[in-house]
Amino acid sequence: MPGAAQFILSGAEFSYPGSSRKILSGVDLEIRAGEWVALLGSNGSGKTTLLKILSALLAPTQGSSFICGGGSERPAAERSARCAIVFQNPEDQIVASTLEEEVAFGPENLGCPTEEIRGRVSESLAACGLAGMETRLVSSLSGGQKQRLALAGALAMHPAAILLDEALSMLDPQSRRAFTEIIAAEHSKGKTIVQVTHRLEEIRGAERVLLLKEGKIALDMRREDFFKMKGSELSELGLELPPLERLCEGLKEGGLLPEGCAPEICAVEKCLNAAFGR
Amino acid sequence: MPLSVDDISYSYNKGLPTEREALRGVSFRAESGILSVIGHTGSGKSTLAQHLNALIIPQSGSVIVDGSDTSGSPAEVRSVRKKVGLVFQYPEQQIFAESVEEEISFAPKNWGFDEEGVKKNVAEALAAVSLSAEFLPLQPYNLSGGQKRKIAIASVIAAKPSYLVLDEPTAGLDCVSARELEALLAKFAAEGMGIIHITHDVELALRISSEILILEDGRVVFCGAPEECAEFLCSAPVKGLVLPDVLELSKRLASSGVVDKLEWNAETLLERLKEKWRAQTK
Amino acid sequence: MARADKVAFGQFIPADTPVHALDPRAKIIMATAVIVLLFVTRSAATFLLWLLLLLFLSRLSKIPASTLFSSARPVLILIIFTSLLHIFATPGELLFRIFGLSATKEGFMLAFLISLRLALLVMYASLLTLTTSPARISDGLEGLMSPLARIGVPAHDIAMMITIALRFIPTLFEETSRIIKAQKSRGADFETGGPMKRARAYIPVLVPLFVIIFRRAENLAVAMEARGYGGGSGRTKLKPLRWRRSDSAAIALLSALSALIICGERFLAK
Repeated sequence: MPGAAQFILSGAEFSYPGSSRKILSGVDLEIRAGEWVALLGSNGSGKTTLLKILSALLAPTQGSSFICGGGSERPAAERSARCAIVFQNPEDQIVASTLEEEVAFGPENLGCPTEEIRGRVSESLAACGLAGMETRLVSSLSGGQKQRLALAGALAMHPAAILLDEALSMLDPQSRRAFTEIIAAEHSKGKTIVQVTHRLEEIRGAERVLLLKEGKIALDMRREDFFKMKGSELSELGLELPPLERLCEGLKEGGLLPEGCAPEICAVEKCLNAAFGR
Repeated sequence: MPLSVDDISYSYNKGLPTEREALRGVSFRAESGILSVIGHTGSGKSTLAQHLNALIIPQSGSVIVDGSDTSGSPAEVRSVRKKVGLVFQYPEQQIFAESVEEEISFAPKNWGFDEEGVKKNVAEALAAVSLSAEFLPLQPYNLSGGQKRKIAIASVIAAKPSYLVLDEPTAGLDCVSARELEALLAKFAAEGMGIIHITHDVELALRISSEILILEDGRVVFCGAPEECAEFLCSAPVKGLVLPDVLELSKRLASSGVVDKLEWNAETLLERLKEKWRAQTK
Repeated sequence: MARADKVAFGQFIPADTPVHALDPRAKIIMATAVIVLLFVTRSAATFLLWLLLLLFLSRLSKIPASTLFSSARPVLILIIFTSLLHIFATPGELLFRIFGLSATKEGFMLAFLISLRLALLVMYASLLTLTTSPARISDGLEGLMSPLARIGVPAHDIAMMITIALRFIPTLFEETSRIIKAQKSRGADFETGGPMKRARAYIPVLVPLFVIIFRRAENLAVAMEARGYGGGSGRTKLKPLRWRRSDSAAIALLSALSALIICGERFLAK
């Protein structure tokens, strides 16, 4: 159950200094602790900027923001520590040469004592399936492993929220699955997840979907309802229902599947077997 | 004459303690249509791609493109490289020119086309990727991701290759741009270009290819049509490859007898199930 | 993709050896001392002693000698060039003439010594970077520079810059290689032509590389800030530097050895 409000934006606007173009033109948004929110929008809709505001890396040029327990009166560094962000390209995030040094970077910045740093390093690497690889070289890792390392570095901050900026888009399908499983595990531990992506397969774990259009929130609905949208409406947004969901919609329309059947392989298999008397 | 790969093997750092085998005994032929090469990360896909345009010479076996051997004379190598266009992953990273026109002219100029030929090729390449001539004077860096991708591809096909090898061409693109690119590949294939498409996306490979090659640890474990490939994938797990949802579902339904054939296409499976339902409820 | 574990020039190889375990400050001091002494060394026999010490250290640190030798490859061209210069430009006993240039016996000897010096220099520096992770080197430098911080030297910032630069060496090698391959695939020719033509051929490689580098710098800065980075004050360390007796012992030993070698040389030269 989502808890207290963790992110509140009121009338938030943003434009870069010197530019008159408003990237965000009035965003009103509330995200509660423990929610898994998907943030969608076409390229240039301001998704990344919104995510940076949510991680306290940027402050809105107009309007107010309350991020992870503090308004803009709390130091940005403190707020950043509460909301960890993972970007698309692991090469743009990793600063150290070995895994343990990389994961230690965050806790070192926070001034944690050495023993605690060591503890956070082992626990974060283990959470990301990289246990025992402390002294391995970063350059010997695959792309999927590097991105998990970036995630481990974020988890070592003990954040209340994890923000993902197209974090899976450079990964192969197997790595995407592994990464999503880790996110789901963190979510079940109570962490808030805000996920920017354009691949709807990745947001199956999300509870809520927000759509950003021309700098404003144009849509805010539950994930189940979002997936019920017509294919034509979604393609206007540059999105496409994954094949399994499309199949389920078609089967439900044709009466082969009950409305309540979840768009998961096991559930659909069961319902269809029942429908055909197997 | 086809592009034929005969029993090639290649190891990185050969002779050193860090020697790593990348390809072993790989053979296949590519003529027309779309050949997709799928396999886990590290299975040798990218190494194979670089063999096809003579960036890498096999340590044993041969790669012969329309009669020219990649391990032959410099003239043969040049001929191969001209005939086989290679588009790397995230090709927009290779963009260097100040205008789209200059960028796309790079390849034809290097291959010795004269001024008129270059202009013609550039115009045709741009049209082939469905971009208008308005793009020619623009700065590539200011364009969108999908547009930059198209320009990078145009810059390779401007050399008029007979074969086009693409490494994960839809990586990082949103759905609409990805679909556009798939349509482009189908168009090129229909116009006679041999397309070799390297991908992780099994669903995509099954959907658009005329032939599929599966690599596992540097070896070919399967080569054949999509239908047989689907059966192969369902019969035993292949390292690193994830069965697409619809195919997995149809595999389970096939074993319980609900469907008779494996399907990977959502719409096709939907039709089959609807037919069966209609027959049953009669 | 070729994530081949290539040992690029000076890249860190983790291992559990006494050399690896030494405090990086000690290692930096010793490496610097040896490099300075190499410049003072005159005779071939002494260079040989330095070489023997290097081989002993290579054994002790489990770094294969072949790896150390290949680390000198990047300066091979410099060595050859300097050698040729000395062979033909040193007055002395004439050995042979070629293209109007005189090769002398003294020239060959000087060239030999200078080559040895250059090669040993590079190999000792490599021994340092092969046995010490970039983060440790930078911690060591920061530690050594910290007294200077009182007079305004940004010790931490310099150290951080070095850490990041070193960590990106393998990545940039790979990316450069990829761009070169992409341009070669488009018919770019990096082999033929005079120096001007070849230099221009690298523009389609350097421009995209710089774009990547600048974009990465921006993104990396944001990622670092997101993990609470705000400069050096208040930072703690995963592996704080701890000077131990083994470090003092190592320095004492090296000092003794060096004194012996240099005195020995002076003595024999008489």
